[in-house]
Amino acid sequence: MFPPRQDVLRLMPEIILSLSGILLMLIEPFLSGARRTLIVTLAALGSGLALVSTIYPATLPGTAFSGLLRIDGFSVFVHVVVEAVAFLVIIGSADYLDREKIQHGEYYALVLFATVGMCVMAGAAELMTAFVGLETSSISTYILAGYRRDVPRSNESAMKYFLLGSFATAFFLYGIALLYGATGTTQLARMTFPTTPGRERLLDLGLGLMLVGLAFKIAAAPFQLWTPDVYEGAPTPVTALMASGPKAAAFALLLRILATVGAAGTFWFWALWVSAALTMFVGNLAAIAQSNVKRMLAYSSISHAGYILVALAAAAASDQVELGVAAVLYYLAVYALMKLGAFIFVSQLGGESERHMEIDDFRGLAVRQPVAAACFALFLLSLLGLPVTSGFLGKFYIFNAALASRLIWLAVLLAINTVIAAFYYLRVIVVMYMRQPNQTWPPAPMPWAVTFVLSIAAAGTFYLGLFPGRVMALATQAALSLPGR
Amino acid sequence: MPISYYLALSAVLFGLGVIGFVFKRNIITIFMSIELMLNAVNLAFIAFGLALGQLQGQVFVFFVIVVAAAEAAVGLAIVIVIARNRQSLNVERINLLKL
Repeated sequence: MFPPRQDVLRLMPEIILSLSGILLMLIEPFLSGARRTLIVTLAALGSGLALVSTIYPATLPGTAFSGLLRIDGFSVFVHVVVEAVAFLVIIGSADYLDREKIQHGEYYALVLFATVGMCVMAGAAELMTAFVGLETSSISTYILAGYRRDVPRSNESAMKYFLLGSFATAFFLYGIALLYGATGTTQLARMTFPTTPGRERLLDLGLGLMLVGLAFKIAAAPFQLWTPDVYEGAPTPVTALMASGPKAAAFALLLRILATVGAAGTFWFWALWVSAALTMFVGNLAAIAQSNVKRMLAYSSISHAGYILVALAAAAASDQVELGVAAVLYYLAVYALMKLGAFIFVSQLGGESERHMEIDDFRGLAVRQPVAAACFALFLLSLLGLPVTSGFLGKFYIFNAALASRLIWLAVLLAINTVIAAFYYLRVIVVMYMRQPNQTWPPAPMPWAVTFVLSIAAAGTFYLGLFPGRVMALATQAALSLPGR
Repeated sequence: MPISYYLALSAVLFGLGVIGFVFKRNIITIFMSIELMLNAVNLAFIAFGLALGQLQGQVFVFFVIVVAAAEAAVGLAIVIVIARNRQSLNVERINLLKL
């Protein structure tokens, strides 16, 4: 009855994450006094251990649990990204939760459970497993989005996220049902392709519905409407998590489905093409008009989903799939670090009840808090894609993949969008560096935990921008390990 | 009965769910529309399982039911919090965040 030892080892990160989440919820009621430090330490330890234990799946590739999970370089790469995000978010949340007086163990448990879901999505080789992973991560994030329970904005964010997220899930699920009907199995590796025209139509329809469901999750146009509202209303550390983790996992799932089921059909390619172009423009043009930093970063994350879709379209268009897939993976790592850094920074600068979230509230920050301002400027420049920062190399690889697949127009649109994006990123930097401060409130403190998270994100941004070799080699290996058709 | 009847019914139910989601204004009704969509999927799973002669289709339904129950628990909790803070469940009045 008991699953083989190897299978358990392959699932080690998920097991550790779940157990530490459950442990947190169990011991929290018995703690009093110095509980905060203990809870945060336990949660950080859990996610850190999970990150370390990824060594097991990394050294034991193969399928696990009768083919439900596929542990390969691809899933390990996404595992590491997602677990690192969870680790940093947990440490970066502690001071925010203290300030908002919502310091509870459930928060960390939910972050851990959401991470379990994302990990399962990354490794799923069967569609119902993918569905369960998707829902584990989604349901946990619905709760986290509404975690400031007494704040109407947070309630509203949770409601919108919940309604639109479940709506998208229903589409995804209907897609699975149709795919099951068309191919007779939900295991990606065993799918045989239908020959009768009726079943072929079923397959196309099913794939389309799944694509719609996942497009909601990655906030690709025309399904991106929920993103700014949800990101703005949610507690900022949760926004940091939502913008980086689930997005990486959903992209991983999308890649795996497209790679196995075959994106060779021209229709899927054009759907990705149009969605990529639309997403970039919608995100960037709307971001220019924003006065709230959090909302601006939300729109910027839509545009970044568009950039990643360009790489996805490149992977779908050519025979050298690995070039596009490696670009997607590299960008996911780059994007997760810089976006997480930017949001965690904003969560600290926003002050109590997130009062100071307008771009104007950042004026003269370079005089008031030079180091912090430099750090935020670094993340913004990386999001923009300036050389030396990781954002540049990430975009370069996407550009490269697009050109290799002869998607000249998409590459041109990507370049145009980078120029548009310069407006709003540079505006914040100008406000920070060239305006005189006249705020009446004291500078925001930078507790060590936040400083730690920001330094890791900044160091990672430089590392991925200057020494891409190692990580890119891993991404390429991961791309090659993805079973194709 | 041919399988296509079940599939047609499932598609109609799913469509009704989508219409309800788009046009209804009360959060609870919108939520019920989503449940309708999930149940339409259940019907499709069972119909396909029958057509393929596999038990899997029916097993999947249990997964869906469990997930839908978890979703309902979270969704209703969110609805209660909103009802307490706002005294209204009309989505048009919940508009602090501009769309």
